[in-house]
Amino acid sequence: MIHRPSPRARLGQWLLLAGVAAAGWYLVTTAGDNLARRHTSFGFGFLADGGNFDIPFHLLSWAVGDSYAWALLVCTANTLLVSAMSIVAASLLGLVVGVMRLSTNWLVRNLALWFIEAIRNTPQLVQIIFWYTAVLQTLPGPRQSIVLPFGFLLNIRGFYLPSLDFGSNGAAIWWLAAFAVLAPILAWRIPLRRGRVGAKALALPLLACVAGATLVDHVSYPLLRGFNIAGGIQVPPELVALWAGLSIYGAAFIAEIVRSSIQAVSHGQREAALSLGLRPSQVLSKVILPQALRMMVPPLTSQYLNIIKSSSLGAAVAYPELFEIFAGTVLNQSGRELETIFLLMAIFLVINLLTSAFMNWYNHRVALVER
Amino acid sequence: MRPILKAVCRAAVAGFIGLTAPAHAQTPVKSPTLDAVKKRGELVCGIDTGIPGYAFQDSKGEWQGLDVAYCRALADAILGSPTKIKFIGTTSKVRFSVLASGEIDVLIRDSEHSFGRNTALALDEPAVNFFTAQTFMVKKSLNVKALKELDGATICVLTGTTLETNIADYNRANKITIKTLLFDKPEEAFAAADSGRCDGYTDDGGSVAAARSTMKVPADWTFVPETIGGLSPLGSFTRQDDPAWTRLVKWVHFAMLEAETLGITKANAAQMGANPTDPDVRRFFGLEGNFGQLLGVDNEWSARIAKDIGNYGEVYEATFGKGGLGLPRGMNNLAINGGLQFLPTWH
Repeated sequence: MIHRPSPRARLGQWLLLAGVAAAGWYLVTTAGDNLARRHTSFGFGFLADGGNFDIPFHLLSWAVGDSYAWALLVCTANTLLVSAMSIVAASLLGLVVGVMRLSTNWLVRNLALWFIEAIRNTPQLVQIIFWYTAVLQTLPGPRQSIVLPFGFLLNIRGFYLPSLDFGSNGAAIWWLAAFAVLAPILAWRIPLRRGRVGAKALALPLLACVAGATLVDHVSYPLLRGFNIAGGIQVPPELVALWAGLSIYGAAFIAEIVRSSIQAVSHGQREAALSLGLRPSQVLSKVILPQALRMMVPPLTSQYLNIIKSSSLGAAVAYPELFEIFAGTVLNQSGRELETIFLLMAIFLVINLLTSAFMNWYNHRVALVER
Repeated sequence: MRPILKAVCRAAVAGFIGLTAPAHAQTPVKSPTLDAVKKRGELVCGIDTGIPGYAFQDSKGEWQGLDVAYCRALADAILGSPTKIKFIGTTSKVRFSVLASGEIDVLIRDSEHSFGRNTALALDEPAVNFFTAQTFMVKKSLNVKALKELDGATICVLTGTTLETNIADYNRANKITIKTLLFDKPEEAFAAADSGRCDGYTDDGGSVAAARSTMKVPADWTFVPETIGGLSPLGSFTRQDDPAWTRLVKWVHFAMLEAETLGITKANAAQMGANPTDPDVRRFFGLEGNFGQLLGVDNEWSARIAKDIGNYGEVYEATFGKGGLGLPRGMNNLAINGGLQFLPTWH
């Protein structure tokens, strides 16, 4: 039987399309009228203007007076940094807590339960501000910094690491870094004798690190100079607080996903593994987890997207990411609300679509094929 | 003259006056915002979210402060009661968008009058209610005498303000680097400065005094004498498409200055308005002239402001002066007393 929509259904579809188009047209013309009333128009030319403000923490180089377009890139890099760090930390912590939740030990199991319930049921913004104030209240000022071995410093202004200065070899370092990232991926599958190169490819990044170490010009140690610590790399407490807030919140949800995936693995698998004489830890690592980890990729995707979007809460703790700098300072200085919010949403949309596309591809690759 | 002729003459004169009177009567003031306020029966006023001196809630939950007093004066002038207001607290990030979109009628939120806001943001700047300059507040223990000594220091600032621009300009001009840390709300910035995350806090002179009053140990903090960014006039903002409304907001401010010039206070307003002989006082109380109607309100508007709110000096003393944060009148005194607050003549 071929199902053909009736003429009435077709008409309904066309009417709905017309209604949606009319609503869209109304919104666009109203916005246009409001803009005309304020003597401005929609356009992205303002991105070339110079930004007269400072960005406190930046991965890419930033100087006062660089264009708004460059500010957009700098802030996107900040957002991506904290999102990537949080996704990694949340996944690891969530995996551990999720497995703890299924332990036979009463204390371990309930610690995990209290952690999950406490974190899941309190607002995320409150948690991030809590980490920020907790960090701020407990650390000493720059003049009484906690000195750690190898020249690391910890104080209220941040965590300072000694930085490696490569001098004139800067360009070579970028090539080495690209090699360290791409070479293992390419070398993994190359056939070697009767198998593949496989895990031996991980020796290549190590080689790259050794080569990089020889190119170091000198090490810059963080030292107290005047008001602040100068030299070295500073990890600001805003970044740490935001990273802690995002990771712990995400970990609570990921723990529940892990728990449900492990329980979804057929009970017969565990019984069969135990009857073969495997120890419980081996059962978990060799039989249960490999199957469970494959099943949890789709719900994990939603959690990762949530973490990326929640990075905009960094505005509450003065972390200079997209929302705070672009939809705050740039919006106020240029007066272009529609364009900045539109750009902000477009960037988040692109980042999230790329993330979910990658996760879907990964899911397709590792999904269990059932008969 | 015979009685009938007298009556006919009187009627003719009355008719003549009646015919020509419309030619003298004012054309009604055209102001969409004013009409909307009257129709709504309530003024929607944009103020700060909560900062001592400008706009804060007291222990009973009532809004007090310099900006709040101006909102109340405006509502009193239009609607006859200083309580027919809805206060909308706005952060420094969204204040101008909220005004431009029409959600509030007027913005009186310690905002600086600047070129960019008058041109690019298409907003009018009717009146300056607080003259100040960007001041830096640092801990006394840091022993900072001049601003250049803050090279390398981190200062807490509010985002979306001219403060950031001024610091960037100062850095470029003097080839030093004063780092900034940007916060959305003043409370967060105060807490970070107090805990030592930043070396200091910067804002206009009034807000910095307010900040010091909220620190754990106010006596630990001092203001660096040098200010940057030149004179910073803070005041009200209105939309540019309603000149009559802007005029009204402007003259409410001048009414409060005129009351102080004439020596009318909240306490003596009733008594001074009873039978005034001084022509200026008579005009102020609406007994002569049509000032109110020319602005679109009734003629007792300034008398009500003096009775219910007080004059500018009283409001200043209660919020920023001896009754509040303890700042001297300084630049905010009347021009005749050596300050910067002046007003056009009242006729």
